[in-house]
Amino acid sequence: MRFKTRGVLPGFGLSLGYTVLYVGLLVLLPLSAMIIKASSLGLSEFWLKVTDDRALAAYRLSFGSAFVGSLLNAVFGVLVAWVLVRYRFPGRGIVDALVDLPFALPTAVAGIALTTVYAEHGVLGEQLAKIGVKVAFTPLGVTMALTFIGIPFVVRTVQPVLEEIDPDVEEAAAVLGATRFQTFRRVIFPALLPATLTGFALAFARALGEYGSVVFISGNMPMRTEITPLLIVTKLEQYDYAGATAIAAVMLLASFGMLLLVNLLERWARRAEA
Amino acid sequence: MSGIITQRAGSAQRRESQVGEGLLVRVLLILVALAFLGVFLVAPIATVFVAAFSKGVGPYFAALAQDDTVEAIKLTLLTAGIAVPLNVVFGIAAAWLISKYDFWGKSLLITVVDLPFSVSPVISGLIFVLLFGARGWFGPWLTDHDVKIIFAVPGIVMATTFVTFPLVARELIAVMQAQGSDEEEAALTLGASGLQILWRITLPKVRWGLLYGVILCNARAMGEFGAVSVVSGHVRGLTNTLPLQVEILYNEYNFVGAFAVASLLSALALVTLCVKKIAEWSASSRQAKRDASSRALSPVRAAVSLEGVVP
Repeated sequence: MRFKTRGVLPGFGLSLGYTVLYVGLLVLLPLSAMIIKASSLGLSEFWLKVTDDRALAAYRLSFGSAFVGSLLNAVFGVLVAWVLVRYRFPGRGIVDALVDLPFALPTAVAGIALTTVYAEHGVLGEQLAKIGVKVAFTPLGVTMALTFIGIPFVVRTVQPVLEEIDPDVEEAAAVLGATRFQTFRRVIFPALLPATLTGFALAFARALGEYGSVVFISGNMPMRTEITPLLIVTKLEQYDYAGATAIAAVMLLASFGMLLLVNLLERWARRAEA
Repeated sequence: MSGIITQRAGSAQRRESQVGEGLLVRVLLILVALAFLGVFLVAPIATVFVAAFSKGVGPYFAALAQDDTVEAIKLTLLTAGIAVPLNVVFGIAAAWLISKYDFWGKSLLITVVDLPFSVSPVISGLIFVLLFGARGWFGPWLTDHDVKIIFAVPGIVMATTFVTFPLVARELIAVMQAQGSDEEEAALTLGASGLQILWRITLPKVRWGLLYGVILCNARAMGEFGAVSVVSGHVRGLTNTLPLQVEILYNEYNFVGAFAVASLLSALALVTLCVKKIAEWSASSRQAKRDASSRALSPVRAAVSLEGVVP
């Protein structure tokens, strides 16, 4: 078996060498340093550090609010993608561009802006406070921030699939007597499901690791509103390198798991399209 | 997020379905979607500018002219000035490699290139602390030779480069894969060298994708918070980038100052979105042109197709 299997243009050796060197130095070396550091802890110490009460509370909050946030994005992401692809209305181009804002806006800026909007005297926080809902400095605030940063993922994975759906199948369903809602549920939704799940998984993975947009709105109370990335930072600031590394290893494992899941989902989506 | 530009390129000629929702349902769905985006996107970004100018134009510019803020702007420009060119060169090399050849381990390489996206920014900072920090792998050696990386500018640059390094590559891979290599292979048969092909054919072909990749990479480099916050040590006027300056001012209840700095970064983000929109338009008009010309020339193209001619 030849190493290079296809491609006639020059520059294979140079681009391969440079890419592998750069990736090795910048990504693989630092990441393996962390994995080696974590594995040098010893199993019992590692287990003790990653399962203490404060860490468990942080995982619960991180995974829980990331899950709820991504779920919100799955529902509204499909809706936004639908509206952008199927309907024409004034300002559609601007709305379409704005969807990527969480991807381009620095997380710290998003954090202080969301906190200001949802604080007790903020524009929306004041209205919510009247009906007894407190957002800033509660787990709900964490969920709001994680919803914000996940918005582009579902919209952008569902949009191209929605554009590719052949109008014929919808017309066929209508001719056969299906109502519009039945057509959506039985014809369109199954076609969108793989992309929706991929977007959900991407948003969830991003939300798990998110730091900047959350630390301002969460209030950072240990056991209550402390997300896992913040716990890592806190341990680092106390020079508890071992503890920080152990918890980081758990999070890294979770992100690799999500990465694997996204790859499987994408493979499924490709097969569903074919 | 890769491939947004190219995936959406073919959408121009979509036939409208003859069945659809009633007007009331349409308006309702549009309103719900807009309400969701209004609450989550528009309210925060509007708040940034409203709060920045809440005391008027004078205090806004006074806040930006503070010494610490000016130092933060300089450091941010320096950091992006190093990280972005590094990642652009890497992005071109990686995209060339991945889109022009098939080789063993290609899908693994793509996964590794995407890795920094799935790693928490905090962990991205932590790995450099573990390598270069006082108690890290190279810590003792660095202390002996009086080199400071963590809590200093080199660490900030490294963490920023790590976090932003897939951005240019991903955009270029998507665009280059969509465009194919016909023109490059034609140039090769006409005797062009590799460098000539890259410079005269490939880069002009992908210029909008490249521009968006560069602008996005730059915006993210200037706005990176988590990773930089772990390695910087927050020394005022020395190791504070703009996002860290936002945090400090905000925690000091200097809201006008914090939002004034934040408005700079927000403006940068909005410019990034505009460039992306332009890149999408150019990609779809290019696609339309290709479709038109391939329809017109298809018998000719079939006759001179390079497939099978080139080994």
